[in-house]
Parts: sequence; structure tokens; C-alpha cells
Amino acid sequence: MRAPDRTVVALVMAFVVLVAAGFFLPSWAVSLLVVSLARGIVALGLMVQFRSGLVSFGQALFFAVGGYAVGLIALKLRVTDVILLPLVGVAAATLLGVALGFLMRRYREIFFAMLSLGFSMLFYGLLVKTETLGSTDGFNVPTPTVFGLRLSVLATRTLLYDLTVASAVGVALGVHWYLGTILGRLDTALRDNEVRVEYLGYAPARVIHVQYVLGAALAGGAGALTALAVGHIDPSMAYWTTSGELVFVTILSGTGSVIAPFLGSLVFGLIQTFALQYAPSIWQMILGVALLAIILYFPGGLWSALERSRVRA
Amino acid sequence: MTGPPVLEVRRLTKLFDQVVAARDIDVSIATEEIVSIIGANGAGKTTFVNLVTGYAHPSAGSIRFRGQELVGLRPRDITRLGVCRSFQVPQVFSTMSVLDNLLIAYGLADSGRRAGLHPLASRDRVAACEGLLRVYRIEAYRDRPAAVVPQGVRKLLDIAMATAREATLLFLDEPTSGIATEEKFAVMDIVMAALAQRKATVVFIEHDIDIVERYGTRVVAFHEGRILADGPAAGVLGDSRVREHVTGRRRA
Amino acid sequence: MATLAFIVADGIIYASWLLIVAVGMTLVYGVMRVLNVAHGSLYALGAYTAATMVGAWFQRGYAPLGSLALLLAAALVVGLVMGLILELGLLRFLHGRDEVVVVLATYATFLILEDVIQLIWGVEARPAPQPYSLLGTTSVGPLLLNNYDLALIALALLIGGLSWWGLTRTISGKLLLAVIFDREMAEACGINVRRVFLVTFLIGSVLGALGGASTAPMISVSRGLGVDVIVLAFAVVVVGGLGSIPGALLGATVIGLSRAAAVHLLPQAEVFAIYLIMTLVLIVRPYGLLGHERLRKV
Repeated sequence: MRAPDRTVVALVMAFVVLVAAGFFLPSWAVSLLVVSLARGIVALGLMVQFRSGLVSFGQALFFAVGGYAVGLIALKLRVTDVILLPLVGVAAATLLGVALGFLMRRYREIFFAMLSLGFSMLFYGLLVKTETLGSTDGFNVPTPTVFGLRLSVLATRTLLYDLTVASAVGVALGVHWYLGTILGRLDTALRDNEVRVEYLGYAPARVIHVQYVLGAALAGGAGALTALAVGHIDPSMAYWTTSGELVFVTILSGTGSVIAPFLGSLVFGLIQTFALQYAPSIWQMILGVALLAIILYFPGGLWSALERSRVRA
Repeated sequence: MTGPPVLEVRRLTKLFDQVVAARDIDVSIATEEIVSIIGANGAGKTTFVNLVTGYAHPSAGSIRFRGQELVGLRPRDITRLGVCRSFQVPQVFSTMSVLDNLLIAYGLADSGRRAGLHPLASRDRVAACEGLLRVYRIEAYRDRPAAVVPQGVRKLLDIAMATAREATLLFLDEPTSGIATEEKFAVMDIVMAALAQRKATVVFIEHDIDIVERYGTRVVAFHEGRILADGPAAGVLGDSRVREHVTGRRRA
Repeated sequence: MATLAFIVADGIIYASWLLIVAVGMTLVYGVMRVLNVAHGSLYALGAYTAATMVGAWFQRGYAPLGSLALLLAAALVVGLVMGLILELGLLRFLHGRDEVVVVLATYATFLILEDVIQLIWGVEARPAPQPYSLLGTTSVGPLLLNNYDLALIALALLIGGLSWWGLTRTISGKLLLAVIFDREMAEACGINVRRVFLVTFLIGSVLGALGGASTAPMISVSRGLGVDVIVLAFAVVVVGGLGSIPGALLGATVIGLSRAAAVHLLPQAEVFAIYLIMTLVLIVRPYGLLGHERLRKV
């Protein structure tokens, strides 16, 4: 009998605690958790790419595609089911990810970052000038329903919260498993030495494609959840600053564990909430200083800082 | 020559802009031969290996492996056919542990083209790789990142990774370069003992003539992109042109 | 026909602006392998400083034409001061790190500078339109051109010409090209790479600030100015080829003309057109129209 995997245990415990806490937390905390966990899901996808040394500076593309897919389906087709909608977001982003992946897989380093940025800005350019989608203002997403029933505001919020918690824990478990497989372990291998991977008989581009589609699917689902939770979508979801924020969370978190992106995203959300309340004029400065500190002093992100302090203790 | 040829190279030519890196190379290698390639720096030895393994594409000529044309295939296709190589500068995963390096090599060798969604560190695979670490006598470095182990260990790891697949034809690009003179024979003994069990055909590039004499039954000498001499070690090393251009007169 | 004239005129003016902004960015990337996101902040700082100085200049009633020199002075001061701070205080410590990590560090700098700008100048817009109408107008056929715009074109050509002359006809320029071509070799040949980096970054910063300063009279300088500029400059630099100065000229022209064409013919495609070109070029020629591939040796 092997010892149980610590990450799996921690994730299952986090799931129980978070769902239970959902009944007591004030509404601002629930919203903060939903948005943070959703952003954590995107960062999880970026983390997998970052383990290969790739940084997508356009992940907001899939985040926005997920959000807009939900908004459109809800508005035009009157499908508002709370389970179905996020799946639509995932499907739309995945399809796009598979298609764009055929191009992205050929790119590395700065060129990967630039092409992903280009794609996201293309989508942004499309959104800001499309009047039927509300141009720069975007539009409101209808309240989701459960099996055709419309619940109270409170119940809807709790439901979305539980759904987000379940999704976050679910994808974290899935990615954790993926990172232990041969394909998953090729991520660091690829960053270290692509030539060797090729000479072991495997196509580096295939690994990158898989990672890219995974990242797209996660970002799409997260965008869908965010759109439902916030109740509004607009083109800024696809703008490069959103991508920058997502990359920021990834770097802040580190690549040591699938739990890291969620912790990092939560820290980001907390700083954001309090900074915007008490020191709105220096909020971006705090982010910038934190990012520089991570890059210069903790290249492994918050996670490695945590691990180091635990080893010392 | 013994047995049918594993590799048949015909009129292989490679031009980089105006520079001729390989010109009309004709060579044929039989099953289970141990061939040593010698030549001065820039003679085209590594280019030859790069061409055969698909890293560079020839300007003209053909390369047949057991009758199949390799020209136009990518390194990974050629690797999957059973033509593997190690590198002059070890190509390892520098931030990963020595064991993980081997696990990846064996995982990819096992999983074929599509798979790859099986756990990497399965009990069997870990056991097999640990056994191999012992064969190559690098088990002491099992959990050290490949970037920080001694150069000799890294070279052995690189070779162990190249042989993860049941290679039918193996190229070793200067297996003993960067290793202290007194350790060279020990390293070659380890490598050759490990390869003897595999029944592979081995082609190695080497500068050290003592090593060539001891391990290579056949020697191919390169000079300025051409083959200067090809045959049993004693004959080639005694050839006057080889002595002039490759090994130097001092050994005469 | 008139539309075509408008497109060409607008396109060239826009391209000149793009070139001034992008040439510094591509120079810095070419020499230092730093894709500087904070270039947008330098642009914004240049614009704000210029607008403030011009405002004070006219308030005191000094000679109006002097305000043009003031724009250049603002760019010079901002570029040199910020360039020194950023290069000596940050970039020097990132020497040898992954290119994408360096991009993130400059992104952090951009975030910090965004708030610094807001702390200094607040949230209100800073208009400084006076210099724009100083030079009068010229009419060419159906077009009525502002001479300030023509001066901008001249400035862009001057910068393009100077960089070309500086790189290919002077010794320090050749040293710079040597560093661009092969940094290790340049270092081995005894070129003081650190000093080359500092000088390059100072030139790049001044050009970024100059882009902002020269634009200040044409727009209302307000929040978020640098944010859009960054991606536009990225697009120009990527289309031309990262690190290539002739590439920046070509990229600016291509994007300037296409945007002008979109604005006149298909307004809803204005933003789309720019990034369509950027992605298409990346797909067809990943190293840009005038860039070239870097290969790895085994």
C-alpha cells in the first residue's frame, strides 16, 4: 500500500472546507473566492506551459471566448443552464485552441508570446467594433438557471460558488495526474532540451499542442464561470492587460504544485480587494513591486518560498 | 564485411553556402560492426552523423537504413526506426535528476507514438532505470540534477539515454571528449560492455587514437568532407595520408 | 482618388509616429534582447512631461516657437533620467535571464510607472494643443495638411536616417551591430558590452519619450496612454522583424497605411486590421519581414 498523495489529500480537504465555508462566508468573500478560483484555473493552464518555458501573453483570448460563448448562447439561444453553459465555454475555447495550436506549436520563446498576443488582440479588435455585442460596453449575461428553474439570488450565488469550487478542485486533480504521466513530465524536459526530446523519438510540437489546448480549455471554462458570476462581459476581458494579469498570477504562484496557482490567485485577489479599498492609487505599483521581487528573489514563486520556509521550520 | 549492410550511404553531399561539409561520401556498415570515425576538427564527422540522423538535410545523396531511405525523415522518425545517437556536448535535461532523465528516455521508448498518458514513474520502469544506472556505474548520482553532476557522468547519462530504445544502429559523437585521459578507458569499457548485450551496430567518433585502436575494428578517416581511408584499424592508421592529415606524423 | 490621397497622407503620418515609437524598442531588443514593455511608460512620461512644460511655457507668454524645442528637451530629460534608472537599477540585474522573464520584469516596471504617472499628474487630462497649430498648414490637391504633421514625418525620416547612418557609417554603430550579431564574440573581442547596453538603452528611452512628447500636442494626454502604445509598437516591431531597424521602418509603413486604409474604408476593422497583419506576418515569416532565424548547433 503506497502512501496517499499529499496533493490529492490537500485538494480533497480544500474542497470540503471551501464548500462548508460557503454557508458562512459573507457575500464579498464568496465573490472574491469565485473570481480568484476561476482565475486560478486559467493560471493552472498557464503554469503547465510555463513549465516548458512558454509564456502565452494572450491567454485572455480563451478567457474571453469562454465568457462570450456563454453570453451569446444565453442571450440568443436562451440556454441558461448553469451546468451546460460552462461546458459550452470549455468547448468553444477547446475548438479554437486545437485550431490555433497547429500554429502555436511551431513557436517558442518571445515568438510564442507575440503570436498569442496577436491572436488575443485580433479577437479584441473584433469585439470592440461589433455593435451587436455591445462594442466596448459589452453586455449583461442572463442569470443562470438549474434544470430550467430560476433560483433566488442567494441560491444562485451559492450554486455558482460550489460549482466553481468543484471545477477548481476537479481540474487541479486532473492536471496533477497529467503532470505525473510521461507526456506531462515532458514539460520540463522540453524547456531543458528540445533537441533531446526529438532524439528520443517524440515530437516536441505535440507536447506544446497538448499543453496549449489544455490551457485553452481551462481558460474557456474559467471565462464562462467568471461571466456567470459577474453577470457582465466586455472586450477588456480579451485585452492584453488581462493576459498580463493572468501571467502575473502564474509567475507569482510558481510551478511547484497544482495548488500554487490557486493560492497565488487568492493572494492576488486579496491584495486587489484591499488595495483598491485602502490605497487605490498605488494598486498597480504594489503588483509591479511584487512581480519584480518574485523575479529577482524568488524565481520559483510563492510556492517555492512556502516550501523553503517549511523545510527550515 | 560481415553480414548484410545496416547502413548504406551513397554520394552523400552537404553544402553550407559555399562551404563543403560533406562531399560524395560512400560508406556501408554491416550488422554488429564497431566502426570508429576519425578526422581533424572540421573534417565533417559530426556533420555526417547530423545528416544520417536527420538533424541536417543533405544537398544530395542517399542514406539507406536496412534498405529504407532516411533522407527527408526527421530525427524523431529516424530514432523510432532504431537509429539513435549520443552527443559531443551531452544533451540531457539539465534541471531534472539523473534518474528522471533516464525515466523520460525509457518512458518515450516504451510508449510509442501516441501513448504517453501513463504514469512515468511506474515501479517497473523505476526498477529498470535503476538497474541501468548500475550498469553505467552512475547510481550514486541518481537524484542529482543533471546540470551539477561531473562531465563524465553526464556523458554516460547521455549515452544511456541514447540506448533507451532497442537501437539497431548507434552513433556516439566523441564519447570520451571532456573526460580526463586516465578515465577514458574506464568509460569506454563501461559503454562497450553495456552495448555488447544489445547486439547493436556502433559507430563512434573519436580523437584519441589509443581508444580507436582498442575498440574500433574498422576505422573511417574523414578529411575536408571526404572519406580519406576506410578499412581495418591497422591499415587505416598506417596509411600515409591519414598520418599526414588526421593523426599527425608524430605517431609514425 | 481623394480617398486614396487621404489614406496615403494619414497612413504616412501615422507610420511616422509608429516609427518614432518603435525604433527605440527594436533597437533595445536587437542589442540587449530586452523586449521592453515599459517603453509604453516612457512614451507616456514623455507626453505628460512635454504637455506640462508646454502648458507652463504658454502660460508665461514666452515665444511660441520655443515650445517646439521644449518638446525635444522634455524627451531628452525623461529618456535620459528614466533610461539610467531602469538600466542601472533593474535591467543590469536581469542579464542572462530568459527573454520572457525579462519581458515580465519590464511589465512589472510598466505597472509601477503607470501609478507613478497617475500620482504625479492625477487623473485629469493634460491638453497642450498650442504647438500643433503653430506651423500653419499646407494644401496639396484635395488635402489640407497641418505642417506639424509634416514636421513629424521629417522627424521620423531624420531618426530613421540617423540610425541607419549611425549603425552603418560610424565605428560605435559597427560595434553595436557586432553585439547584435554575436554578443559572446563581441565580448570576447573586448567590446565593453555593459557600456554598449547602457548607451543603447538610453537612446531607446529617449526615442520612446520623444514619441510621447511629439504626440502630446496632437492628443489630449490622459490616463492609459502607454497601454495602447505598447501593443502597437509590438505589432510594428514584430512585423518588421524583432531587432531590425530597417524592419521597424517597413513595419511602421505597412501598419500605418493599413490602419489608414481601414479607417477610411472599413472603420470597424481599425484595430482588427493591425493585429491581422501582425499575426499573418508571424505565421508566414515568424522572424518578421526583415528578420532572420537563429539556429542551434549540436
